Amino acid sequence: MRKQKLRTTVLLATVSLVLAGCGGAKVGEDSGGGGGGGGDTAECGDFNIAINPWVGYEADAAVVAYVAEKNLGCNVTKKDLKEEVAWQGFGTGEVDVVLENWGHDDLKKKYIDDQKTAVRVGSTGNTGTIGWYVPPWMAEKYPDITDYKNLNKYADMFKTSESGGKGQLLDGDPSFVTNDAALVKNLNLNFKVVYAGSETALIQSFRQAEKDKKPMIGYFYEPQWFMLEVKLVHVKLPEYKAGCDADAEKVACDYPPYDLDKIASKKFMDADGPAAQLVKNFEWTNDDQNLVAKYIAVDKMSAEDAAEKWVKDNQSKVDAWLPKS
Amino acid sequence: MTATIAPPTTPAAEPVPVVEQARGPRRWLAVLGILGGWLVLFVIFRGRATLELAPAQLTGLHRWFNDVNDTIGANRNSNPIFLYFFNEIRLVIDNFVTGIQYLIAQPVPGRGVPLIGWLGVVAIAGYVSWVFGNARVAILAIAGFVFFGLQGLWEESMDTLALTAAAVIIALLIGIPLGIGAGMSRRMNRVITPVLDFMQIMPTFVYLAPLTLFFLIGPASATIATLIYAMPPAIRITAHAIASVPGNSREAADSLGATRGQTLVKVLLPMAKRTIVVGINQCIMAALAMVTICALIDAPGLGKTVIKALQTLDVGTAFNAGLAIVIMAIVLDRVTTAAGDRAGKQLRHVGEPSWASRRRKPLLAVGGVVTLVFVYLSYTYIWAAEFPIDWNIGPWISRTTTDITLWIQDNLSVITNDLRDSFTRVFLNPFEALLTESPWWLMCAVILAFAYVVGSLRAAVVSAICLVLLLGTGLWNDAMTTLASTLVATVIVMVVGVLMGVWMGRSRGADRVIRPVLDAAQVMPPFVYLVPFVALFGPSRFTAIVAAFVYAAPIVIKIVTDGIRGVSPTTVEAATASGAGRWQTISKVQLPMSSQSLTLATNQGLIYVLAMVVVGGLVGAGALGYDVVAGFSQGQLFGKGLAAGLAIVLLGIMLDRITQAAARRTGRTAS
Repeated sequence: MRKQKLRTTVLLATVSLVLAGCGGAKVGEDSGGGGGGGGDTAECGDFNIAINPWVGYEADAAVVAYVAEKNLGCNVTKKDLKEEVAWQGFGTGEVDVVLENWGHDDLKKKYIDDQKTAVRVGSTGNTGTIGWYVPPWMAEKYPDITDYKNLNKYADMFKTSESGGKGQLLDGDPSFVTNDAALVKNLNLNFKVVYAGSETALIQSFRQAEKDKKPMIGYFYEPQWFMLEVKLVHVKLPEYKAGCDADAEKVACDYPPYDLDKIASKKFMDADGPAAQLVKNFEWTNDDQNLVAKYIAVDKMSAEDAAEKWVKDNQSKVDAWLPKS
Repeated sequence: MTATIAPPTTPAAEPVPVVEQARGPRRWLAVLGILGGWLVLFVIFRGRATLELAPAQLTGLHRWFNDVNDTIGANRNSNPIFLYFFNEIRLVIDNFVTGIQYLIAQPVPGRGVPLIGWLGVVAIAGYVSWVFGNARVAILAIAGFVFFGLQGLWEESMDTLALTAAAVIIALLIGIPLGIGAGMSRRMNRVITPVLDFMQIMPTFVYLAPLTLFFLIGPASATIATLIYAMPPAIRITAHAIASVPGNSREAADSLGATRGQTLVKVLLPMAKRTIVVGINQCIMAALAMVTICALIDAPGLGKTVIKALQTLDVGTAFNAGLAIVIMAIVLDRVTTAAGDRAGKQLRHVGEPSWASRRRKPLLAVGGVVTLVFVYLSYTYIWAAEFPIDWNIGPWISRTTTDITLWIQDNLSVITNDLRDSFTRVFLNPFEALLTESPWWLMCAVILAFAYVVGSLRAAVVSAICLVLLLGTGLWNDAMTTLASTLVATVIVMVVGVLMGVWMGRSRGADRVIRPVLDAAQVMPPFVYLVPFVALFGPSRFTAIVAAFVYAAPIVIKIVTDGIRGVSPTTVEAATASGAGRWQTISKVQLPMSSQSLTLATNQGLIYVLAMVVVGGLVGAGALGYDVVAGFSQGQLFGKGLAAGLAIVLLGIMLDRITQAAARRTGRTAS
């Protein structure tokens, strides 16, 4: 008896649910997904953008992807990859473009000169600066700290549990080229390089140093969204001259300014589709990138929303990137 | 009870040598002697022959690794092995994973949503948990899955589930037969063990980039990376399960004239079923641990959310995604554990079904129909396919976490910095100096002597091989730095682990409250708590030790709890009756009687701490961890990273063999 009753209840519940369900919209009727798309799709086709893991890069990719999708009707796939893995993808045909490349002469030699799977597509218009930075409160309190010659005077302040009695110079993400150990030695600085090991750790340390007014000096770079939160101050090293960093052991000069450039798969550029032309034409300023990076990192907008907002406000710049035809 | 306790890394089925070696007190004298000699020689030879290597410096071996990697990359498209072997494997796995993704996670082209929507997946999760487990875990599964939707992470969670399921299924297809083989043949077990050690200890960062060279960027690479790490527990536990079926059951089967195959199918497998389910459970847990790392090669799912959030130091969002991973792990753990219990019960009650199980069948049939209806609904209607956005509590979770984290960072960082500084000065620096500034030959001698005295001759021989290879990696000094931090972290883990384990072993109430926290600490991706830890302790070796503690303490606590509980209640009662106080009962009865669990806990503690070396490299621990991370990030350091990964494996195997030998010896003296 009880069993019977239970079964009836369940059955009734099911039926009523089914009935309730009938009121809803059906799948496939108005799903906005892949089904749609104009005639352009065929012309542009698939467009694979590697996304290297930093916000500035994501800003570039967001805007390029947005324009490629909306204006050219491309089928854009973003792939989250570390640099080395992304470059490997040129050869295997899984990555069409790396939108913001910082130097990486070793990768250029390997994939552009030796394997010939990648090609240079020119500058993004952004200039990258690498160097030593201190939090703003220090630059204010000790104005002469921004010259490397005075660093030894302050070395004691920078001691930590990790620096073995010397001042600590904090290095960050191992993805970026660093000559810091050689620099410390060749400039006779009483410092020890400590490897934070990740950009996350480096940014958090700078944030904490500024908030608690703690002394800190470390390796950093711009454009970087964190600069919009805390404007770190660049410490001057002996000026960079072409070739002064030729011997990694004997470097005693600042890092060169980096012309951030675009790298693409050779096959992709040779085909010269609309997406390839967009990549070729894409160029903007550090301020442009910082703005989009701010939308993403500080205002917590999604990459798509950030790109849409910027594109709407800068339509004339975008028009210049579009293929002429 | 949860079954997240890992078994000993090698099944304890080794033959026990007959010779009785140095006993307790004499052994301690020997240990003191070694320490004394070490200190004297250290003072004399300090700072000589320490084999340091600067971060950017490479050795011939490292360059050779680089060349091999480059050659493979350059010849990828013309090499027949790639064209006809790796590409085929990739295609099969890619299609398999994509199939599962279309089923529950990724929008099917033309449909805009996956084949089965949220309602259907929730219903299936509940029903499957009920069929294989029980009603209680079914409710847990339903609640857990609905929570993913509430967090605003339905699609990400399903992506993670799809990838994990694919990896686990393939891992089991390969792993269970291998495990059965290893369980039936001791020789095969011996051959396979170092390979499994290698798969489990080698940091994933080392082979992530090469994997994409072999299997391209996509689901195949992510699945293979996951299964390399997740398969060993399944193999080990299956082998252990088969090997520990009592000898008389086999003999009975043999005497009835059963063939090898018949014995396996009719006797061994049914009797080992319960433990094999534990293996499946551990396989799933290990697979979930890979979620964030695989996101670095574009694996879709919760890992991506964590990594993306970290780029902007958004702890709240990272935590929300981490929480989803934790919940998935807890649901899958409880369900497989319940399934294991059911398998065990079936084995015991063959024959007359109980009242409850008689009623179960018709109920299951009804449940099956309801599930099918829900699946149909979620296939057809949008409301049942896409999780309603209005129910999203994800932003609230993120905001609350961010607020709490900020409060902790603001109010505790003063104390924590002092704690770090004094700890580093008093414990870490002196010990590290002892290890890194001793000449290499002295360190080798000390380690070998310890291995022999605490462990066995065999452990000393294995250690000798490991040490020679370690010297070959060219990263001796970094290895010693890492070893110092590892040992310090293990000591802390053990002290806290024993205290907590005794408490939980004696109090069911404490156990019930603390255990979910332990589960969470074990599966929460370390990436989530890196930011607050760096805020509290700055980038330092101490931060790395704290992170290792969070990851390794749970397993130690669980093993110790289990050991304390294993002491027979009558013995404890007898002690209490004869007037022993609480502390006497603990220190004279319960701890000594669970000494084997304590040594096993030390073993697992070491291995788990070692698993965090790379994470330590991300927060300022330097040494091998940093070498691995740098090798992953910079092409010209690839070889060095690989060498560092090998060094970690060698340290792991060495520490494992020494502690296991010590465990066997304690087991013998205790019994």
